[in-house]
Formats: sequence, C-alpha cells, structure tokens
Amino acid sequence: MNLLKRWWKPRELEPSTAPVARERLQVLLSHERGATGQSNLLSLIKEDVLAAIKRHISIPSEAVHVKVERRKAISTMRISLDLPK
Amino acid sequence: MSKVIVVTSGKGGVGKTTTTAALGSALAMHGKSVVVVDFDVGLRNLDLIMGAERRVVYDLINVTQNQAKLHQALIRDKRLENLWLLPASQTRDKDSLNEKGLGRLMKELKAQFDFIICDSPAGIERGAILAMRHADEAVIVTNPEVSSVRDSDRIIGLLDSKTEKAEKGGKVEKHLLITRYDQSRAGRGDMLKIDDVLEILLVPLLGVIPESEQVLRASNIGQPVTLANPMSAPARAYSDAARRLLGEAVAMNVPHERYNLISRIFGGRAA
Ligand SMILES: Nc1ncnc2c1ncn2[C@@H]1O[C@H](COP(=O)(O)OP(=O)(O)OP(=O)(O)O)[C@@H](O)[C@H]1O
Ligand SMILES: [Mg+2]
Repeated sequence: MNLLKRWWKPRELEPSTAPVARERLQVLLSHERGATGQSNLLSLIKEDVLAAIKRHISIPSEAVHVKVERRKAISTMRISLDLPK
Repeated sequence: MSKVIVVTSGKGGVGKTTTTAALGSALAMHGKSVVVVDFDVGLRNLDLIMGAERRVVYDLINVTQNQAKLHQALIRDKRLENLWLLPASQTRDKDSLNEKGLGRLMKELKAQFDFIICDSPAGIERGAILAMRHADEAVIVTNPEVSSVRDSDRIIGLLDSKTEKAEKGGKVEKHLLITRYDQSRAGRGDMLKIDDVLEILLVPLLGVIPESEQVLRASNIGQPVTLANPMSAPARAYSDAARRLLGEAVAMNVPHERYNLISRIFGGRAA
C-alpha cells in the first residue's frame, strides 16, 4: 500500500502549499476590501469580534483570525484569538 | 438585443486576449454576430491571435477620433462571416482614447452586433477602466494563484464602481473564468482549488480552461483555439463557457482532481 502511494504521488512528501495560499488570500483581501470600501462579511465580523474583545482586553487586530471552511453540506466559520501572555 | 462583455483581469498575461478570441469565435459559431474589440492601445495583440494582423488599416483610435468610419476599421474574419475585429492602435499613446468618442462608437457597435467583446489591457488604470466602462457583463479571467486572485478582487471592485452601469445604480453581471488550470499541480495540492477561488471572489463560475499547449499552437498559426483545434480540451472548455454565456445550462466539467481522489482512496490527506 505504501509503495503504491509513493508511486502515485511522489511529491506528496512535501506538504501542499495551496491551503496556505488560500488562507493568506482570505486575510489579505478582507483587509484590502476594507481599504477600498468593498464590503466583506469576513472583515465586518472580524471588526465586530475585535471590538467586543477589546472591551475586556487589549489586543492588536492581527490577533483575530477568521476562517471560513466550506464542507459538503455546511460551511464552518472558525474565529480564533492570539491572547497575550 | 446586444450585449457588451468586457474580458478583464487586472493582472497581465493571464489569458484575456486568448479568451476574447476563443469566446468571440465560439459565439459566432452559434450564429451570433460578434465583434471583438482590442482595447490594448499601444500593445495590440488580438489582431495576431485572430490572424488578421496584415489586414489592419484603421483602428479604434481612428474611429473614436473621427479619422475613419467604423466600417473602414472593422475587419471581417476569414473563417466566420459573422465575426469581426476592431483592432487597437499600435502606434498611438493609450491616452489618445477619449471617453466621448468611445461612447459614440459603442452605440454604433450595439446597433450592429449581438455581442461586443472588449479585450481589456492589464492593470487597473484608465485603459482597463475604459474597456469596462460600457459593459453589461464581465468575464473575469483568473489564474488559480495568489496574485491573480488578488488582482481579480480589485477588478471586481472597479466593476462595481467605475462602470456606467454601476454609476446608474445597476450592476455589471460578473462571470469568473479560471484559465491555465493545471491538473497535475492541483493534484499535488500546490494550486488553489476552484472552490477556494470561488469562495474568495464570490463570483459565479463561467468555466475552467485547462493549461494546454494547444493555446500556443493556435496562437502560432493565428487562429482562436476554438477554431484551430475544436476538439482540444481548451477549445471544448471555451465552447462550453460560450454556451453558458448564451444562457444554456451546460454541466460544469471541471478538469477533475484525479490525484486527490487517489490520495483519498489510499487514506492520504485530501489536499
Ligand atoms: N489555457 C492556456 N494554456 C496555456 N497557455 C495559455 C493558456 N491561456 C493563455 N496562455 C498563454 O499565456 C500567454 C498570455 O495569454 P494572453 O495574451 O491571452 O494573456 P493576456 O491576459 O491577454 O495578456 P496581457 O495582459 O498582456 O494582455 C500567452 O502566451 C498564451 O499563449
Ligand atoms: Mg491581452
């Protein structure tokens, strides 16, 4: 099985890079759309979350990550924060 | 009813001119009267891709500046009698295109053709904006890689703000065309997936054109790929896209992610 797998996908030994591209784009475009006045659900939510957190602790805006993942039946939105020590 | 369609991208070299020629000829093969208009003033290329470079006498600038009549500048395709080309100027500066003259020209074209397909120059400056200015619909050409997707996002913003339609409170209908899609890279997980691009840009998919040497071969002999080799993968993908533009419901035949399937079967991580 392992041999076969290697034979089929010799390069898979290196991690795939597309998921990183996708994430970078999502983050970047939510910023840029804000700057050019395009509305974007992600950046709106991100700002709201940031505002809510900031009422309690002070964190920079880079500390909020909003990620949407599309699955077959549903999509999930994951919001994570980098908390200061 | 005539329709103005701009083929645009922001980023250069992603396949706008190839797409303009291929979609234009595919629509003409469906019996529509079509004119493809080269807006890349100073860097015209559509004439070469259409194989009409030696027949150019007058151009877009001459017509907008009243130095020539439209019928003097239009070049009829040698293969399809209802397909025409309006070339760009090669010698003039791109600032010589003026908005008033362009408005007049578009009106005249609309009276004569079912489809007016505008091949936009790269960039987000004046030239690209003039190309999209009168559009009813836009085909946004995107390669599945980060810089192209980012630039497409900018273009979407401009379509929503700088077009006549947008200024009148309407909306340019947008279609996403993913080109130069490379199956083997997608399989390795090194190319953005179609779904990823759609999810990021939120524009409905018009089609996926595979990366293919047939595109280069067609350009060598000065024929749109849909005419040069109609049975090739890119030609079929372009014909399907053209049918979708005509409102037909054509099943989306995305070049499948074969290696992905294999990795799933063998329990690997789905890239
Ligand atoms: N599906 C494809 N497969 C392989 N090569 C392609 C494909 N589409 C376009 N190309 C190649 O990419 C190059 C750029 O294509 P094209 O001139 O259509 O892009 P463009 O967006 O019009 O460029 P510009 O921004 O300079 O006007 C050409 O060499 C063309 O042959
Ligand atoms: Mg071009």
